Amino acid sequence: MPEPIIQIRNVTKRFGKVAAVDDVSLDILAGEFFVLLGPSGCGKTTLLRMIAGFELPTTGQILIDGQDMAGIPPNRRPVNMVFQSYAVFPHMSVADNVGYGLKIAGVGRAERDERVREALQLVSLAGFEDRKPDQMSGGQRQRVALARSLVMRPKVLLLDEPLSALDAKLRSQMQLELAELQDEVGITFVTVTHDQDEALSMACRIAVMNKGEVAQLATPSDLYEFPANRFVADFVGSVNIFEGKLTLDEADRAAVDCPGLGKVYLNHGVTGPHGADVWVALRPEKIYLHVPGEGKAIRAAAQDAPEDHNLARGVIKGMSYLGDITLYEIKLESGAMIRVSRPNLSRRDQEDFTWDDKVSMHWRADSPVVLLG
Amino acid sequence: MALFARRAVAPLEYTRKTWMRLWVLGVMAFLYAPLLVLMAFSFNDSKRNVVWKGFTLKYYVKALANDSLVEALVNSLTIALLATVISVVLGALAGLMLWRFRFPLKGTVEGVMALPIIVPEICMGVAMLIFFAKVQWPTGLPWPLNLSAITIAHITFCFPFVAMVVRSRMASFNREQEEAAKDLGASEWQTFRDILLPHMRPSLVAGALLAFTLSLDDFVITFFTSGPDTVTFPIKVYSMVRFSVTPEVNAASTILIILTVALTAVALKLQGVKAFAEAH
Repeated sequence: MPEPIIQIRNVTKRFGKVAAVDDVSLDILAGEFFVLLGPSGCGKTTLLRMIAGFELPTTGQILIDGQDMAGIPPNRRPVNMVFQSYAVFPHMSVADNVGYGLKIAGVGRAERDERVREALQLVSLAGFEDRKPDQMSGGQRQRVALARSLVMRPKVLLLDEPLSALDAKLRSQMQLELAELQDEVGITFVTVTHDQDEALSMACRIAVMNKGEVAQLATPSDLYEFPANRFVADFVGSVNIFEGKLTLDEADRAAVDCPGLGKVYLNHGVTGPHGADVWVALRPEKIYLHVPGEGKAIRAAAQDAPEDHNLARGVIKGMSYLGDITLYEIKLESGAMIRVSRPNLSRRDQEDFTWDDKVSMHWRADSPVVLLG
Repeated sequence: MALFARRAVAPLEYTRKTWMRLWVLGVMAFLYAPLLVLMAFSFNDSKRNVVWKGFTLKYYVKALANDSLVEALVNSLTIALLATVISVVLGALAGLMLWRFRFPLKGTVEGVMALPIIVPEICMGVAMLIFFAKVQWPTGLPWPLNLSAITIAHITFCFPFVAMVVRSRMASFNREQEEAAKDLGASEWQTFRDILLPHMRPSLVAGALLAFTLSLDDFVITFFTSGPDTVTFPIKVYSMVRFSVTPEVNAASTILIILTVALTAVALKLQGVKAFAEAH
């Protein structure tokens, strides 16, 4: 287990009476790509700014590399930040921007030039030294901001919504580049974002924040496949959530009776109190769509659940064709709506179903997630 | 020949419409004809400034040989220079304060600071006269200390202009730049010098130009605060005109116009016109 480079201990930040960050404790490990994910106003940016030193915790402690940061101003912390607006200095050339921190630190001209050149090479901006920021695109300015921070060789690089100002194509390209860059330089990255795609594609671990608290801290796949609560299930990815009662809970199987969805069977235990009110979360892509009757036959053949479990019927009320997948809004017999996505594996797959078609659905016994809160 | 056929005037091509061109011409004439006449008649070879009698430079020679006129001009320039430097420093600090900090009665402070701009000059002049009399400001000091009262009065009405320009310029400043500088290790002072000051620069130039021209041509407030031995250029010209408008006055005025235009041009050249335009 690598050493934690940042330790956040019971940190609370109050603005007036509102707790923007509420008793958060977490460790960020050396060399990892850590993402703080959450909706706007969840306290993720405040937490990042407290690590950078632009905000002070009301209570609690932040340690960077084992050293307590209380009373240490931003200009003397071993971290650097890439700002949401990039905050590239408009009156300086690219080289002067990137070299600014080194100049302040008193690094000599020759070494500075060399390190600036290296940093620009790292972010694929070699040859842009003499450009002014207003002659560059948003993506290029962001690379300048990145290089400006990386050149300082910080222990931790903080990134505040680094990709939010870029267009969709550039964003997905930069997601990959950032992850590669992090791998290359080996610096710990801590990123704040509200974009779950961004978080899932780049992070080693993600802390999902809600109302100032950490709702779940997990790897991207654990977060998506094993959400700890309804907030995380709903915030990360798309999900169908149904209320129900736990009717069976053993070591290797469990069942939930959902008035909205029907009987749900799981091939693992959930360790909840019997008869408890629980929620079942089911991802749209884990539901299979069939013409009526066919689903039952497939279920019978697979035999991973008892008769009449993990089956539902409904009518297609809405469709949206997205190219790679088609999304269906289906009205269940109970009147509840469910969302199902279906990959278009061959060219005419989207023609299989249309509005007002009666369909049946099934899902595997390891697909539903039972949530207690 | 299609090649030489003029394109029809498009609906929004105002600059190609005759009535618009005439209007612009009329505006230009209204603004600049008096100045051009003034300059032209400074070369008029006539004691009376009414009929053109012929070209001469003798009134320039006469104006420059007029010791009291030259002294007034030097006084005016000295006051303008001092008032500008001090106004820019005070105004920049005041502008920064209003932009950066929140404090009790901020709105009141802001309003009070704008007072010298709004209050009629004549009231300012009287107020200044009473003030300097009450505090028994020393008179009869050697040059340039004898200009101190006028200079102080000029700073009072110049620095609010600088503060306003600086403040509106700072509204476009991205505070994350300041944080970025500190994040890169810069101290408070280094951040100010390297990040804030370059952003302020166009507003400082604009503010300085405003202050300089306001001070140079101020008559009313100066009239109330000047003594017999501290005559400024506008006051000297006024006293000369009371006898008769000779081409000598025209010549002196032309020198002043050329001087201010040249100074403005130099300032713009030094800062780049673009930076100046950015401030507005």
